[in-house]
Amino acid sequence: MRTQRRSVLRSIGAGMLALTAGCTQTALQTGSTGRKSTEPNTPTDGTIRIATTTSTYDSGIVDALSRAFTDNTGISVQAIAQGTGAALATGRAGDCDVVFVHAPSLEAAFVADGYGIDRCVPMMNDFVIVGPESDPADIGSQRSVSAAFSKIATSETEFISRGDNSGTHIKELELWEHAAIAPSGGWYLEAGQGMGNVLMMAAQRGAYTLTDRGTYLSMGANAPPSLLLSGPVEDGDRSLANPYGAMAVNPDRHEHVRYNFATQYLDFLMSEVGQTLIETYRVNDEPLFVPLADDETGYGSIDE
Amino acid sequence: MITALLSDGYIWSIIRVSLYVSLTAIALSAVLSLPIALIVGVTEFRGKRLLNAVITTGMGFPSVVVGLLVLFAVSNQGPLGPLNLVFTPEAMILSQIVLAAPVITGISLSAIDSVDGGIRDAAYAMGGTRLDVAVVTIKEAKYGIATGILAGFGRAISEVGSVLIVGGNIVSDGSSYTRTLTTAIQLEARQGQFETALVLGAVLLVLVLSVNAIVIRLGSGGGRSR
Repeated sequence: MRTQRRSVLRSIGAGMLALTAGCTQTALQTGSTGRKSTEPNTPTDGTIRIATTTSTYDSGIVDALSRAFTDNTGISVQAIAQGTGAALATGRAGDCDVVFVHAPSLEAAFVADGYGIDRCVPMMNDFVIVGPESDPADIGSQRSVSAAFSKIATSETEFISRGDNSGTHIKELELWEHAAIAPSGGWYLEAGQGMGNVLMMAAQRGAYTLTDRGTYLSMGANAPPSLLLSGPVEDGDRSLANPYGAMAVNPDRHEHVRYNFATQYLDFLMSEVGQTLIETYRVNDEPLFVPLADDETGYGSIDE
Repeated sequence: MITALLSDGYIWSIIRVSLYVSLTAIALSAVLSLPIALIVGVTEFRGKRLLNAVITTGMGFPSVVVGLLVLFAVSNQGPLGPLNLVFTPEAMILSQIVLAAPVITGISLSAIDSVDGGIRDAAYAMGGTRLDVAVVTIKEAKYGIATGILAGFGRAISEVGSVLIVGGNIVSDGSSYTRTLTTAIQLEARQGQFETALVLGAVLLVLVLSVNAIVIRLGSGGGRSR
């Protein structure tokens, strides 16, 4: 009974900290008062398991961060790339130690339900709208997503949606809603596939799509040729921000999780080494992520 | 391109994991399936047809569904949770057993079924024990059984749905932990690296071909010596 109440309190506390601060070192420390008590249960085989999203994984940043983490700590990393929903479900089932995703609204629920603690927002990239060079709906000259989306809808130019309940899909639906458009009709195609596949489809069909910048850059010539509307990485529409949240799986829910390793991993993401790595990471010579440990503009806040 | 890929330890680690998982799964499936096929094949009982139908259905069971069921079983929340199998090669072996065992059972069963009953009777008449009769039957049905094992192996090593779900396609420290040829192909294709995906596909094909060749060779060699 007592532990139960404590776990509820802790998750509320962790949630509130995440709401206000992202996570600074102090937030990590206060958020993890149970660290001592979980140590006896923690396996010491020197491995940590991270559930992440396919787009995060495909950008290569998880590998880069994990290699540096392993070099620093000797703890090896097993990363599983799943859809956002599946990654969070893996965390809920206690089948991983850290969840590293980019869907603030789903992360909020994950934290509020007490499955995730110590949430921090180490970085962001942005979503972009890409499409054919001819740009029939004239997206390139728009300043906001809402304007761009209404152009696509009124011109009924083909748009391919992920249609798979991924973080990107959820973001896309929020953007349509924000533009006060209910996308439907023959021009709106739901692929039900990963970002890479959707980009290939869009390129083949000369269609528009919403993508995260990382996957877009890594797909090179297989993706649509033109990046038409940018997010905050290139000072574009702020609503296209794509903040990444990292959380430890709550050891009060799943006592077997390697919480002390998870804490080390989150600390590493927010450390100077980790942040520099994020800032200097390049795909096709282009910067991809913006480090957010010192950010005060509230990107990634899960205050809805 | 192919030589560059093959000089890479990463690719070899994927091949190793693929072979380890599928060969282990097939060995265990055979141990599990052959006695069942033998018993069902040589005995008559009520419901034999129904059992046959169940086994045949199992041969076509969708691998993603098997993956999901095995995931539920091995997840920390599931009945096998305490064994810590989720996202390990052993979980992949488990799901491939579920996929391959019905194939091996089904094909071996029809081979054993078609062994002339007179041969068994003759073995009994000559004073053979039940074990002797079983051995004779297996010898007669060996080509069918080998076909069943090969078909099971083909199904196991070429399947992507279940190993992706229960294994997680993990690479750790630059070498494969639960990444197989098929899940690697899926990953490369998703990322638009079609050349790499095709080379991996060719490697997979060569592997399946060589295993088939070896088994057929063993089979025909054994046939001549007797």
